[in-house]
Amino acid sequence: MKFRTFACFVGPSLLLMMLFIAAPLLSVLWQSFHVTRNVMVVEQVETCTPGFLTQTCVTEERTRPKLDDEGRVVTETEFVGWQSYTNVLEPERAWQAISQGSWTALMSIDFWKALRFTLTFTLITLPLVILTGLLIALVVNNAIKAIRGPVIFVSLLPFIITPVIGVLSIRWLFIGDGIMTAFLEWWLARDIAMFAQGWTIELLMLFYRVWHVAPFAFVIFYAALQTVNQDTLESAIIDGASRFERLRYVIIPHLMPLIVFVAMIHLMDCYRVFEEIIGFSSEAHVISLQWLTFDFLTPDDSGNRAISRAAASSMLTMVGVVCLLVPLLKKTWRDHKGGKL
Amino acid sequence: MSTPKALQQPWALRIGSAGFLILWCLIAAFPLFWIMVMSFKSPVDAFANNPLDVILGPQTRAEGKGLSILDLMAIAATFWGLWRVAVGTLPRAIEAYTTTSQRWWGWVVGVLLYAVAAVLWVALLLPAILGVINPWLGMLGEPVIGLSLEHYYAVWVENAFYHNFLNSLWVTAGVVCISLTVGTLAGYGLARSGSQLAFWLLVVALVFRALPHSVLVTGYLPVFINSAEWLEPYLGDLAPTLYGQPWAVIAVLVSINQPFTIWMLRSFFQNIPTELDEAARVDGCSHFQAFRRVIMPVMWPGVITTGLFSFLLAYNDYLVTALLLDAQNQTMVPAIAGYFNRETTTTDQVEAIAAAVSITAPLFLLVMVFQKQIVSGLTAGAVKG
Repeated sequence: MKFRTFACFVGPSLLLMMLFIAAPLLSVLWQSFHVTRNVMVVEQVETCTPGFLTQTCVTEERTRPKLDDEGRVVTETEFVGWQSYTNVLEPERAWQAISQGSWTALMSIDFWKALRFTLTFTLITLPLVILTGLLIALVVNNAIKAIRGPVIFVSLLPFIITPVIGVLSIRWLFIGDGIMTAFLEWWLARDIAMFAQGWTIELLMLFYRVWHVAPFAFVIFYAALQTVNQDTLESAIIDGASRFERLRYVIIPHLMPLIVFVAMIHLMDCYRVFEEIIGFSSEAHVISLQWLTFDFLTPDDSGNRAISRAAASSMLTMVGVVCLLVPLLKKTWRDHKGGKL
Repeated sequence: MSTPKALQQPWALRIGSAGFLILWCLIAAFPLFWIMVMSFKSPVDAFANNPLDVILGPQTRAEGKGLSILDLMAIAATFWGLWRVAVGTLPRAIEAYTTTSQRWWGWVVGVLLYAVAAVLWVALLLPAILGVINPWLGMLGEPVIGLSLEHYYAVWVENAFYHNFLNSLWVTAGVVCISLTVGTLAGYGLARSGSQLAFWLLVVALVFRALPHSVLVTGYLPVFINSAEWLEPYLGDLAPTLYGQPWAVIAVLVSINQPFTIWMLRSFFQNIPTELDEAARVDGCSHFQAFRRVIMPVMWPGVITTGLFSFLLAYNDYLVTALLLDAQNQTMVPAIAGYFNRETTTTDQVEAIAAAVSITAPLFLLVMVFQKQIVSGLTAGAVKG
């Protein structure tokens, strides 16, 4: 294929990606080092109120945004270096907390709190998702053919559902007077408030994520189970391998590339955890890195968006993404060298 | 064929495996099933402590809203009838009345007619007929299961949720159409090129795929809000403010979706034998003609599958639409945040649940119709990895 033809085919897609992915990235990088604020002017204002004999006049200094000829607020943009990053990371407070050995003090800083949750969430759900997916795949593979279709249908539902709605549906089960709370209270014979403390919310979030992603792992593992080499399995049986040994030494090695694939995808998606925070309204207890950026971007009470701080926290989030991507890129490179791609 | 003795499974394993399967199905379906049940009940029933009360809804029934045994039978019969027509009569009728070249249009017209007829029957005729018959039946006509549509009415009619629905429809349709058009061309080009450049493009796409969406939105927001001011020197008074415009969001979602789309379509195109377009080229077609005449007729399974995933991305998105659209143009998913943030009374909560169920229903239909394509799409991506 000539270069010109190739460019014609790929051009539109490339243009879109440059315009809406690459350019915003550069703009975020630029913004993280700059701050745009309104230019303020200080002016003397004399206000007089009528009084007995003479007016009472008070002169006070007021700051107000400077307006240009057309009455628009004048803004200025200046280079601030690492200041936005410092605002997000709060290294002094963090260092103080670390040197005092105080975990709670460190966790009172939003960024570190978000980082802590994002990392633990990602690392805990990873084995759970792979195990659950594998178990379901094995069990469905074991079931009679007639029920496999319906089971796959039911299993796809949690995967396909809008994440925010999925989170909400679980929230409504566990909310103050929800059915699961009622059940737990009856069973444990004590009062339960699932949304009053951080760790119970985190448990629900873990449950939601496994519920949501396990079907994906299941479908992929299940498809791979259909292609397990039957000859190898039979020779394993003849060699006297028990059921578990067959699973351990024949089936798992066959699935290994896919387990790695699911793990990669899961790491990438889980690192972006966000909908759980919105759906469970857990801002007060648990926050994630992506939510932190979202929060900076949402207008505050006076309608301002903290763009530079959002940019700084975005760039910090990116560092993590790059770390996650390195092994994946290495693998792609190896495949490319080996001519598999 | 009988299983060899060595392969027969012990009872404990069989029971354990069946038990786990049932448990998983219960866990997978229960939350969704439960919110659907709750959405039809009065608030007292929806948040009752006893699960039977939630299902049967005594309070809702006491308010005179419910289904009698006759209603239940009529509904079951209707579903059965609709299902039979959908899988049997309808396809046969379409094949009988159309030739092969018109079949595509035949399906569009047939499905539309079917949908209109089904809605007419379920929404107008059936309630009218049952409303006349029920009082005549005495005991049989008494409601046994509480069911009320008041929350759906409140959400869709009083709170104008249809407005958000139309916005969602418009955004999703735009995203699917554009991203497939652009992505198919790119996927084909990448699959057939084999140059170093193509490889590096794919790697860059992979990196873009992993970016958190909030990072990108941070890049858009200042530009979108100030776009009118910045574009004024070039476009004059026509300069648009991109913030709050559905078509700007469509462009954004299409781009965010591009990396995934081109990876997926590329793997589909690689499965189409190269000999096919080479033969066309030998016969004197240019690359575009070969694509148009030879590849397009055989690419639809892959395109439909990719389209499904584009649809899901656009339909399910919260972050981008919540930040880039203003209240008037809000799509369904961010709009629901308005409900659960204000849920002060239980009625508000049940209305939020009704809205949530309304959002889920199309997805449910989607899985029903396209289960095979979704599964094949998931595994295609994985096998190519």
